[in-house]
Amino acid sequence: MRTAEGVQAVPQRDPAWLGRVAWILTAVVLLWPLGVATEFKPWVLFERDNLKVTAQFLGTFLPLAHSGEFLEMVARETWRTVAMATVGVALALVLAIPLSLISTRVLSVSALSGRMALLASLVRTGARWLLIVLRSIPELVWALVFVRVVGLGPTAGVLAIALTYGGMLGKVYGEILESGEAQPTQALLRNGSSRLQAFFYGLLPTNAGELTSYTVYRWECAIRSSVVLGFVGAGGLGQQLDNSMKMFNGGEVATMLLVFVVLVALADSTSAWLRKALA
Amino acid sequence: MSSSPSVLLESSGRGMEVQLHQVSARHPAAQAGAAPALAGVDLRIAAGEQVAVIGPSGAGKTTLLQVISVALPPTAGGLRLGTVDPWTLSHRQRQGLRGRLFVAPQVPPLPPRQRVVTSVLAGSLPALSLWASLRSLFYPRDIPAAYQALEAFDLGDKLFDRVDRLSGGERQRVGLARALVSPASLWLIDEPLSALDPARAQMAIRCLVERTRSAGITLVATLHQVDVALANFPRVVGMRDGRVVFDLPSSAVTRDRLQHLYDQYEHELRGEVGVPLEQQGPAAAAPVVMHCR
Repeated sequence: MRTAEGVQAVPQRDPAWLGRVAWILTAVVLLWPLGVATEFKPWVLFERDNLKVTAQFLGTFLPLAHSGEFLEMVARETWRTVAMATVGVALALVLAIPLSLISTRVLSVSALSGRMALLASLVRTGARWLLIVLRSIPELVWALVFVRVVGLGPTAGVLAIALTYGGMLGKVYGEILESGEAQPTQALLRNGSSRLQAFFYGLLPTNAGELTSYTVYRWECAIRSSVVLGFVGAGGLGQQLDNSMKMFNGGEVATMLLVFVVLVALADSTSAWLRKALA
Repeated sequence: MSSSPSVLLESSGRGMEVQLHQVSARHPAAQAGAAPALAGVDLRIAAGEQVAVIGPSGAGKTTLLQVISVALPPTAGGLRLGTVDPWTLSHRQRQGLRGRLFVAPQVPPLPPRQRVVTSVLAGSLPALSLWASLRSLFYPRDIPAAYQALEAFDLGDKLFDRVDRLSGGERQRVGLARALVSPASLWLIDEPLSALDPARAQMAIRCLVERTRSAGITLVATLHQVDVALANFPRVVGMRDGRVVFDLPSSAVTRDRLQHLYDQYEHELRGEVGVPLEQQGPAAAAPVVMHCR
């Protein structure tokens, strides 16, 4: 095995090997306490008793529930879920559009000539903070609050989505508007247009595609989160899913899960179509 | 836009007078020790006058336009537009005053997805209320005006095309056509010909000069093409290193003066814009070819 002195040894080992092992070990050592903290024990899934429960529940998925009465109820609740997501996003837009217009720096007239004026910059910062507060509280928490205020039903879900999504949309709209090309907008402001005129003639056409596709994506997210909100009594398909789960009625659960898949796929193709239309 | 008080506005259609008194300016992003982009510029442009500003790259031509267009506050000296110093006005009044200027940056500021008709009519926004400008997005409010503005630059057939379907030269002309629908009484135009072929350039500059002359509008344009400036403008200002080197009727601009203005930048004078000096070899010894017509 050993080569003679002076002869070039043929390399047998990867010199980076030890370093790689060290990095992997470090990662494992760092992840271990995180796993312990979250009681992460995936093998529990595969214990015999648990496997039996899983198999039984999954086994009840088939046949799908398809009685006329049930399907009618699913259709009604699906409509209610879509309506909750849509109205929620529409209300969120009412919050997000003015706040992002206030917070975006591209539309600042005083910043045209050097520094932004103090008052303008304070107002912009205030709008940003308001957006942070709105979106830092998850919609589930808002829903729990509103279920207490306005009672069980979709209204609580709509309000919850409106507040959280208003915060998210406003923040991301602001970022999209600031990351796009500013030159058309600033040229209009320099020519004496008002801020809103510059928005409609410069900023909006420059960024319309990105704004639309993000809004449709958020609508898709709102459909999903309206399901979760249903679990805390905000109505819609989610509430029915919760009931069926509690009754261990696999067929009904499977049918409703299929409806979700179809809804998300629809949102996806809508967004793709809109993006193409605006490209 | 009823915000502008009467102190600002002479009646529309009359040119605006421009006065710079010992104006210095530097870019907001410039380093503290860097030479100012404008150093003590004195300039008086009468209402309704047409002036070309020439000079080698980095002479301060664009900065001069920025100062006049109330985009960059002077670090020293005074600026007067009409009868007012724009920097003593309130924000609101100053924005009203900007509505009487038409500023065309070198790169045409057009959103790619917009239609040409909308881009052109955007020039008239300062004269419109917000409601009228929104209605014009729904249905263009003055299609004939937009068409005539485009037709002046030989682009009438592009009226309903999208901006991103146009070539660079066509876009630049759309940017200039905006001026024709704007309510401005002072046009400040930066390098209007940078993307145009010589024939189009000649046509475009003639159109700008004639329009402003017949409407009594004040025009200040920076130009790289010395021959075009001398042939079309009655008055030419030569700038170098942030200063005014000469300010003369174009008939009085001699070869010697141009040679002096473009000393060590002869390639720009010959029209070879963009070639760095280092690649020129012994630039001082190179023969100077002039295109003064």
